[in-house]
Amino acid sequence: MQHELLEMRNITKVYPNGVLANRNVNFALREGEIHAVVGENGAGKSTLMKMMFGMEEPSEGEIIVRGETVKLHSPQDAIDRGIGMVHQHFMLVPSFTVAENMVLGMEPKKGLGIHYDEAARMTLELSRKYNLTVDPHAKVEHLSVGMKQKVEILKALIRGAKILILDEPTAVLTPQETEELFRELKGLRAEGHTIVFISHKLKEVKEICDRITIMRSGRTEGVFDTNSVTEKEISRLMVGRDVVLKYEKDMKPYGEPILQVKNVSSGDEQGKQVLSRVQFSVRAGEIVGIAGVEGNGQAQLVEVLTGSLPASSGMVLISGKDIAANNIREIRKMGVSYIPEDRMRQGAAKEASISDNLISTRYRSKEWNKRGFMDGRKIRKLVDDLISDYKVKCSGPAQEIGMLSGGNMQKVVVARECSTNPKLLIAEQPTRGVDIGAAQFIHQKLIEMRQEGCAIVLVSADLNEIMELSDTLLVMYGGEVVAYIDRPSEVSEEELGLYMLGLQKQSEEEVRRASHL
Amino acid sequence: MHSLLDVILTTDFAFSVLRVMTPILFAALGALISNRAGIINIGLEGIMLVSALTGVVVSAYTHSAWVGLLAAAMGGTLIAGILAFFTLQFKTHIILGGIAINLFASGGTVFILYLLSGDKGSSTSLPSKVLPSIDIPLIKDIPVLGPILSGHHVLTYAAILAVFVVYYLLNKTPLGLRIRSVGENPHAAQSVGVSVMKTQYIALLLSGFFAGLGGAYMSMGYLSMFSRDMTAGRGWIALAAEAMGRGTTLGTSLTSLLFGAADALSNALQVLKIPAELIGTVPYIATLVGLVVYAINETRRKNNKKLKSKSQPSAK
Repeated sequence: MQHELLEMRNITKVYPNGVLANRNVNFALREGEIHAVVGENGAGKSTLMKMMFGMEEPSEGEIIVRGETVKLHSPQDAIDRGIGMVHQHFMLVPSFTVAENMVLGMEPKKGLGIHYDEAARMTLELSRKYNLTVDPHAKVEHLSVGMKQKVEILKALIRGAKILILDEPTAVLTPQETEELFRELKGLRAEGHTIVFISHKLKEVKEICDRITIMRSGRTEGVFDTNSVTEKEISRLMVGRDVVLKYEKDMKPYGEPILQVKNVSSGDEQGKQVLSRVQFSVRAGEIVGIAGVEGNGQAQLVEVLTGSLPASSGMVLISGKDIAANNIREIRKMGVSYIPEDRMRQGAAKEASISDNLISTRYRSKEWNKRGFMDGRKIRKLVDDLISDYKVKCSGPAQEIGMLSGGNMQKVVVARECSTNPKLLIAEQPTRGVDIGAAQFIHQKLIEMRQEGCAIVLVSADLNEIMELSDTLLVMYGGEVVAYIDRPSEVSEEELGLYMLGLQKQSEEEVRRASHL
Repeated sequence: MHSLLDVILTTDFAFSVLRVMTPILFAALGALISNRAGIINIGLEGIMLVSALTGVVVSAYTHSAWVGLLAAAMGGTLIAGILAFFTLQFKTHIILGGIAINLFASGGTVFILYLLSGDKGSSTSLPSKVLPSIDIPLIKDIPVLGPILSGHHVLTYAAILAVFVVYYLLNKTPLGLRIRSVGENPHAAQSVGVSVMKTQYIALLLSGFFAGLGGAYMSMGYLSMFSRDMTAGRGWIALAAEAMGRGTTLGTSLTSLLFGAADALSNALQVLKIPAELIGTVPYIATLVGLVVYAINETRRKNNKKLKSKSQPSAK
């Protein structure tokens, strides 16, 4: 038997807000391997890694490093035991030079001051040793993302890390940078370092990892030698439904196209393409589902549709009218409603009352005002009606929305967005983190809206939801629409998984059917 | 106009610029240190006031100007420590904490003054000491420069020296590196084991120390007594100087010099026949104009940056 360098046994993590992120997870790391942890967003990978790096403490279970049971209370504890982490969002000080970032907190001294030459020498020495070329005197803010990542890796190494955790390291890299990273990681492995590689890109995992731990819904689905499993098998274990929901839907012909997206592309701040020639349409009375692993452009697509991110090329038409020149309020006035993914930050004003939240999209309109003041009586009636229609469990309209449970808070958001008779509803992960009862209620509501002729875009990472509710389905991968499925209920999860993980792609022609021309 | 130039183009005026710059410079250096650590010390005004009184009282009772100076500096550090305790430990908002310190200082100093001297206006009845002025050999004999640079109060020289000390501290020492990292990206600092709270504590204490020196100068150099609210907004002007100096030591010092010049100008103009009330507003108008210029520049810079990043998409 090979030596286990680090072991996590029976780890369970319950967050204070009641979210169960890890359930009896077992994880073992062998010296000198590159070990992949794969799973969809929300599968519990990040939580597991945070516990390994001392950022969170497990509710149950134990962590064993080199045969010794340890308690990691802070990242410093982990660093002291030779564990280093490269975060997805870099932990660098932009205005500092590479060398300054490297030695921060462990500065070499000359007299009272920092020995800058020594800092540069240490950086250079390490950078040569591991073939991670960086310029010690360059300012971090001027570096490319790939370079910054190298600095992060070196930062962990200079602190004596033997185990390196990389949290989705390739998510921000260009293909060339990714190749370079892989060469570097192999070099590190050759030097005896052990690497934990978190990803949901199976091709990459197959390319450089020795073993794979697959996670789903907070549990481990198994550990495999990379050679002994196919990408298809991994995808089947990663993606899957636990419970199958069923809803009744009347079939009736769709109306006019309400939303038309034409050839929309967009790049992020680093110039990386995040949306590439997206094209589809949504007709009145149709739910178009957008599936995909998170981070494949869905969030940016929603931003473009709701007017908070201008597309770098292409057009978005609502009822035939280009929205490029309109601000968010004007777009809403065109009959667009939006249920944002993040109800805590975007969907609701946490410290405001339920009533204030419910009228926040309409308080400007004449209908709710009387002689320059808001029409209290009318608003009160609206709010009371919505609370009872949507079965929001609360102490009354004046209650702070932040005090409600996730499900009830989301119902308030849904009530606000659905009660304005929208022509187009954009629902982004509408039932994430919501209890089953509330989720079913929201699903029923979406179907009801559809019957009434509303065009709905449903973005979701929840296969259950998206396969049951959608009339037609798009799959996004790497900023592109890679598949168009006109009968979602007949497609298998396995097939969907292949599209979602980029293992399979439809032809341009098949995808273009999404425009419904 | 003729007479205005007559007033400004004299060695006396240049000398007085350095003289009135001193308290602003001290406080601005204090503002600089705490701002770089990510906390705006808006209690500077109050800290200066407390130190000014402390210096007078302690020097009067110990008959030593130097002990008075030490006490003033310690007093400033202590008040900053109280502010740090409430904002860092108990998470009071720094703005509220700073306002509390300023109000407390304004009322508290008058109260103590009244207890000790029976006077609510000034400390003329207390036999307080004054720190000496220094003639610099060699330099004092140079024409023009000599009368400007030599013969200043010891704390004026200390303030100029402090510019170099603060520059070295912030840019060359481990503590400076940590202060700047905490101010710019606390998560980065934390992830390598730098304690954000400890670093901010140190920065605030240092900030109080320098403001304390500025306060001591007010009552033991600029004037030879304490009078109520004698700092007259210098703590606030110092914050403006730090902002306009873009958070650099050099910029902050030069802006302090500029504000000192405005202050000196308002003193010098009193010999002309312009209403004193109007002249008194000069330093504050200078601050206001300075901040507007700064804000315009800053906005333009940001816009340029935005344009730049937009004009070069997908370079890779």
